[in-house]
Amino acid sequence: MQSRTSRILLTIFFLGLLATPWIIRRLSADKELASTASNSSSALAQYGFSFHEAGKASGIDFTHSAPTLDPKLAHIMPQIASMGAAVSIVDFNRDGLQDIYLTNSGEGSRNALYRNRGGGRFEDVALALGIGELNSRASGVSMGAVWGDYDNDGYEDLFLYRWGRPELFHNEAGNGFTSVSDKSGLPRWINANSAIWFDYDRDGKLDLFVGGYFDEKLDLWNLEGTKIMPESFEYAQNGGRKYLFHNLGDGKFEEVAEKLGIRSRRWALAAVAGDLRGTGYPDLFIANDYGVSELFFNSGGKEFREVGARTGIGFAPKSGMNASVGDVLNRGNFAVYVSNISEERVLIQGNNLWVPRDGTSGEELKFDNMAGILGVEIGGWSWGAQFGDLNNDGFQDIYLVNGYISADRNRSYWYDYSKVTGGNTTIISDAKNWPPMDGRSLSGYQQKKVWINDGAGRFIEVAQFTGVTDVYDGRSVALADFSNSGKLDVVVANQKGPALLYVNSVKPDNKWIGFDLEGTQSNRSAIGAQVRIFWNGQQQAQEVSGGSGFSAQNQRRIHFGLGQATGVDRVEIRWPSGKTQTVREPETNKIHKVKED
Amino acid sequence: MPASLTPDAVSPPKPKPASPVSRFFSSENRYLPPMLITAILLVGQVSSGLLESFSRTALAIVVAILFELVLGRLSYGRFPNLASAYITGISVGILIRSPAFWPYALCSAISIVSKYVIRWKGRHLWNPSNFGIAVLLLLAPEAVSTLSIQWGNDMLPLLVVWTLGAVITWRVKRFHITATYVASFLAFAALRGLITGHGFLAEASPITGPMYQLFIFFMITDPRTTVSSKWAQCLVAFLIAATEMVLRLNENIHAPYYALTIVGPAAMAIQLWWTAKGSQKAIV
Repeated sequence: MQSRTSRILLTIFFLGLLATPWIIRRLSADKELASTASNSSSALAQYGFSFHEAGKASGIDFTHSAPTLDPKLAHIMPQIASMGAAVSIVDFNRDGLQDIYLTNSGEGSRNALYRNRGGGRFEDVALALGIGELNSRASGVSMGAVWGDYDNDGYEDLFLYRWGRPELFHNEAGNGFTSVSDKSGLPRWINANSAIWFDYDRDGKLDLFVGGYFDEKLDLWNLEGTKIMPESFEYAQNGGRKYLFHNLGDGKFEEVAEKLGIRSRRWALAAVAGDLRGTGYPDLFIANDYGVSELFFNSGGKEFREVGARTGIGFAPKSGMNASVGDVLNRGNFAVYVSNISEERVLIQGNNLWVPRDGTSGEELKFDNMAGILGVEIGGWSWGAQFGDLNNDGFQDIYLVNGYISADRNRSYWYDYSKVTGGNTTIISDAKNWPPMDGRSLSGYQQKKVWINDGAGRFIEVAQFTGVTDVYDGRSVALADFSNSGKLDVVVANQKGPALLYVNSVKPDNKWIGFDLEGTQSNRSAIGAQVRIFWNGQQQAQEVSGGSGFSAQNQRRIHFGLGQATGVDRVEIRWPSGKTQTVREPETNKIHKVKED
Repeated sequence: MPASLTPDAVSPPKPKPASPVSRFFSSENRYLPPMLITAILLVGQVSSGLLESFSRTALAIVVAILFELVLGRLSYGRFPNLASAYITGISVGILIRSPAFWPYALCSAISIVSKYVIRWKGRHLWNPSNFGIAVLLLLAPEAVSTLSIQWGNDMLPLLVVWTLGAVITWRVKRFHITATYVASFLAFAALRGLITGHGFLAEASPITGPMYQLFIFFMITDPRTTVSSKWAQCLVAFLIAATEMVLRLNENIHAPYYALTIVGPAAMAIQLWWTAKGSQKAIV
């Protein structure tokens, strides 16, 4: 039996174990304090950048509204009608200035196309150009939009996805938009929350991926029953189907998803394409709600193979709401960032940062989740996120928005939510079993996250110190250089809230360089072109994207921060056609226009 | 979790030699509970990818076993049977949810050490893993949650686990505890459904999840931390369900863990006090 001394020692040890969480918390708090408190009044000096919100002052006066769906869902309407605030960036009139398209979702509400007039001013021209009034009970309501020049005429066209009819608008040389949906071959109805443009077969014509969320057979305004919910909180496969529209080149698209191997019926919330293996063909990553993420390797544009489990990303099911790619370690390859749910005391899923494992490549590529190690794991009920070098120090940072339902601050729906989501299929899948929300919040009023990459394997959260103080229910975020001055500004679309424009001020001694690419043999938007920059003995890769994040699209322009570099050694561009082009010692602090040779 | 449905439950007389199958499914087989919980883990993992990760679960098991070996040796001068520690580790590995590794190790450590530190009249009062999980939920809410999801999309894995669990708890003479708790939970769910207006299914929903399979087959039946008599065991199971109902009406998400943490040791303490009082009387 224990002696008195050993009992005392064991008790002390036990108390030490009980104190461990407090010690860990204290240590990490001290660490954060050390990195932030010394000069919080001068974010510009300490972090190299700061934001100020200038939406309304710039002419962006836009507030998102949610739809009112079938009355059978009235008791949980806030959580059903909880998406649709989306933002995408485009230079629709080729005037060299990045414009903003915002979607709305209330029946009768208007989408907005904010033309960048220069000088920090924007004006809404959506109505005048025919892409404003697009939300109705008959057509469905907007969930997001992506831009791509599907007919290679030099002007970016608009694909609008809805809980309803998907619609393609042809850009008439920047003077208006014409719906070409009828002849394009798009289906009558998709309940979609994600879409991206990419040229999966590298034939020079942009193709389109659309991810269904709710089953496409559901008309959410006119339900026959209430069995519309996921059959499981983490293993659901009763969501909407996926679509891959192959661009035939005559304004028509052929749907080939199933033929090419994309048969998932998971609840897709985000998708991103990127050449993760260096094959030249874009692979497809899908972040799914209520389940695991999926990664489809692209086999020469002829087949997609789902390799999520094999590569490590498709193992632990979570609530994927974002998919964006970035070269976070300046190694010339891409990590994928997936946002999930973290709510203290209830559910700690943690976000995923899938980083390619050293020593793996090609078919054997494996990913490790390094979100915890790098410090970008806990982001609340996270939604959209984007990579971008916010302070031009040469490393990719992350801007994340979050917050699900901000209603009554003092009453939470979490208990009732967790009660039902833990139940069997027959219970969770039927909306009538879900307790009414009654004006309660669910992970509302959350502080956004701005993580700056210190270049040494750690991200530091600086939102509060850099001017990002809003607590709206953020959904979609996009980055763009609106003033062509070499800094990334941020546009945030908030659910049932105002659109925000965070204008960036960056320390001037950090250099930068930008590339506006135009394909000739490749698709003219150059979506999928990979730009690799070499400077100061390091490299960074980026790809022109046809949509990333959550219901979002950044500017197509590639922007690199260079830190205090005196120059750039070279830039290698690999076009979607397979051609490569090298630009030697390009001038810094300049936007370069590069046309495919 | 627990010290399991280990053999010190009851040792019935054997009028004739039992068949190998009977011996296997008997309370004499101290490896039966570990096998059951391993089966639950495998069914859950194969059908639904239940675990956060194999490595985290393995960490929880290894830490539990290491602490049991060291503390058993230091305290009693011999290496203890590891069935109980294995169940504790595996329960922690399944029930704790955290993206970090340290909570798995810490929870297992707290669970095992608590058995050796918090003792009264030579007995530990708390079910180890229940104690460890409840403590961690209280002390590290920012880093830890518990398994709150369901099995996959069909009833088959659930039925397999229920059937296996029922057969085994029956054989080791603990099924009445499970049955009493389940019946009480369902009755209270109906009552809560009336009080909240959310209906029976919403209130009964949690018990269909895998967390409850571990709770009803392992935690509340743990022989070392349950009272002796059959009727007292049923009463305690009922009181756990009743306490859980009160906690649930107050929207406590981790109600079952806290209910067992409160009621289990209280019942044990009362029994130990009562027994000691009886012994004193006999001596007098």
